[in-house]
Amino acid sequence: MNVTVIVNFLIGFFILAGAILCLIATFGVIRLPDVYTRNHAASKAATLGVMSILLGTFLYFYSFEGHFNSRLILGIVFLFMTSPISGHLINRAAYNSGVKLWDRSVRDDLKEYQKKLHEE
Amino acid sequence: MLDIVIRIALLCCSLAMLGLIYRVIKGPAIPDRVIALDAVGVNLVAITALISIVLHSSAFLEIILLIGILAFIGTIAFAKYLEKGVIIERDSHR
Repeated sequence: MNVTVIVNFLIGFFILAGAILCLIATFGVIRLPDVYTRNHAASKAATLGVMSILLGTFLYFYSFEGHFNSRLILGIVFLFMTSPISGHLINRAAYNSGVKLWDRSVRDDLKEYQKKLHEE
Repeated sequence: MLDIVIRIALLCCSLAMLGLIYRVIKGPAIPDRVIALDAVGVNLVAITALISIVLHSSAFLEIILLIGILAFIGTIAFAKYLEKGVIIERDSHR
């Protein structure tokens, strides 16, 4: 039980967890009933999965090939920053262009707020 | 052992991309398709990282940043087009 075995286990764990998270995110995108819930699945779970896969790749290149790859760290940070922004923008565009909510959703706060803003 | 794990991860990512392409084709509204295309771009980043492990080369790691930036800009442009009807707004005061 030396260091190489532990690093191997860590790399395998990160990569496998990331791949399974990607698969679960796709399952959510296919099965969920609404644009907003689908975006909830796609922009959170897929981002976490891909960040985990990139962390596993960084550990692999750092331990086996022996060089510290700064572009992978930059990719992880960039993905972590930009994915929530794009999800929020797409959701706002969908709401403003009139995509309906699921017919069994119970609450729409933005509609009441916009009505109140319109009356003033 | 690590080799088999990486192959299984590649298989999972490919199945995920197939499911997302189903949503791109079928999606009832346009924002569905844009969300699925954004997720395809994010999955492509993961597949590039895994392929660079399989081929033992670090030459593809710049492509990861490039694909991430292109997917982000494409999603922003689609969102702006859906909301306002134009992508680049022209200043009407001059």
